[in-house]
Amino acid sequence: MTFSTLMQLASGLRTSIYIFVLTLLFAFPLGLLVALIRMSRNCLLRNAMRLYISVMRGTPLMLQLLIVYFGPYYLFGLSLKNYPAFLAVIIAFVLNYAAYFAEIYRGGIASIPIGQYEAATVLGYTKGQTFFKIILPQVIKRILPPITNEVITLVKDTSLAQVIAVLEMFTIAKQIANQQASMMPLIAAGVFYYVFNFVVAFTMERIEQKLNYYQ
Amino acid sequence: MAVLSITNLHKRFGDLEVLNGINLEVNEGEVIAIIGPSGSGKSTLLRCATLLESMDRGTMTYAGVKVVEEDAQSNSVYLPQNKLRQVKALFGLVFQNFNLFPHYNVLKNIIDAPICVQKRNKDEVIKEARALLAKMGLEDKEDAYPFQLSGGQQQRVSIARALINNPKILFFDEPTSALDPELTGEILKVIRNLAAENMTMVIVTHEIEFARNVADRIIFMAEGVIVEQGPPDEVICNPTLARTKAFLTNLAER
Ligand SMILES: Nc1ncnc2c1ncn2[C@@H]1O[C@H](COP(=O)(O)OP(=O)(O)OP(=O)(O)O)[C@@H](O)[C@H]1O
Ligand SMILES: [Mg+2]
Repeated sequence: MTFSTLMQLASGLRTSIYIFVLTLLFAFPLGLLVALIRMSRNCLLRNAMRLYISVMRGTPLMLQLLIVYFGPYYLFGLSLKNYPAFLAVIIAFVLNYAAYFAEIYRGGIASIPIGQYEAATVLGYTKGQTFFKIILPQVIKRILPPITNEVITLVKDTSLAQVIAVLEMFTIAKQIANQQASMMPLIAAGVFYYVFNFVVAFTMERIEQKLNYYQ
Repeated sequence: MAVLSITNLHKRFGDLEVLNGINLEVNEGEVIAIIGPSGSGKSTLLRCATLLESMDRGTMTYAGVKVVEEDAQSNSVYLPQNKLRQVKALFGLVFQNFNLFPHYNVLKNIIDAPICVQKRNKDEVIKEARALLAKMGLEDKEDAYPFQLSGGQQQRVSIARALINNPKILFFDEPTSALDPELTGEILKVIRNLAAENMTMVIVTHEIEFARNVADRIIFMAEGVIVEQGPPDEVICNPTLARTKAFLTNLAER
């Protein structure tokens, strides 16, 4: 294992981290929006979101990646020239993870006692204030454990970006392993993933501890 | 002038007629206890009065402000939302389960709404909140979180929260029902002290002895109507109606 191999892996890791960060950045708010529409009184919107969530959770992310990337070409004959694979990865990951997050949010929101809404209403809080000041902070505390699971899965899922030839860490590790006829690059990549997840788990645990000031 | 005046209140849930023409006038400084069997609509009445539930028919006036009026078909028509929000500073509601916000400490539970909703001056609100906490015997608890308090302490915080905007009237829905028997006394004492200060209050309660002591007027409800009302000694000691008698006997035997 040479230094240059490690540097190549590190550059792949950077791409993996971009995918990870961008996915979370967009999927957290989008998931909340989906959850709220999924719980809305409008039956049409509600069922549309139910269908979206069930499709996203019921089909492989790998397939979703392929459809998001090649779909515009095969379905509408659009050129892929100005359509970077990286963008397709972000879109597919955000759509997929937003669906999972939405279900987690929904469970969290449903678990907040009705009395919290009533107390806020009587005190004159608007609907928006009630949700963002009173309900959402409690929801976040409750959903952290399942969110941590998803976030850890996301670290490993970034390796799926290889199916549309995005040079994230796993793609690169495989290439080098082939060139050098050695398993070491793959093992090194495994260590990188492990450390990545270790940091993620550690961070999530810290956040959970921070929110432990109340019950 | 009446602090609260409700006329001809009707409320139904689907096919179930829960309130069937309630008339209620609460005068300044008056303490009213509402008693009655389970399901008779006591909570629903308080929830309509505190705008948690919307009435189907009838009118409601708070301190001269017409909050709900009737249209030509005698359906209830409410003030617009922004006006209703101002009306909410006129009353406070104390829940059976306290419903404190668990992620806010005691002080923030009390001061957040007046600062964020009523846009009152922060320093002034904090000063008043501390005075209320002292009155509730909780001066050393302002930094505590609800889970660190006993049920009785939590209920006292929620009473302070309900009082922070100097409401004209305070509603209680079974304020001691969720408490261990040894803790009910401290809440009843707080309510008695408020009564001594001429706070206008409407209290739904199963504590008949307490109702008799503290209330100026007892209202007995059954099946969505006010069946009997009057001074405690009349309603509780000498009820005229068989329905009231049966309820009181039943309660005494438990
Ligand atoms: N949101 C609701 N939807 C449907 N029915 C309801 C609703 N709220 C109350 N009810 C019904 O209305 C009736 C009156 O309920 P309410 O809670 O006002 O009674 P209560 O006098 O407070 O009884 P308790 O002493 O048990 O608290 C009950 O039959 C109850 O089931
Ligand atoms: Mg009730």
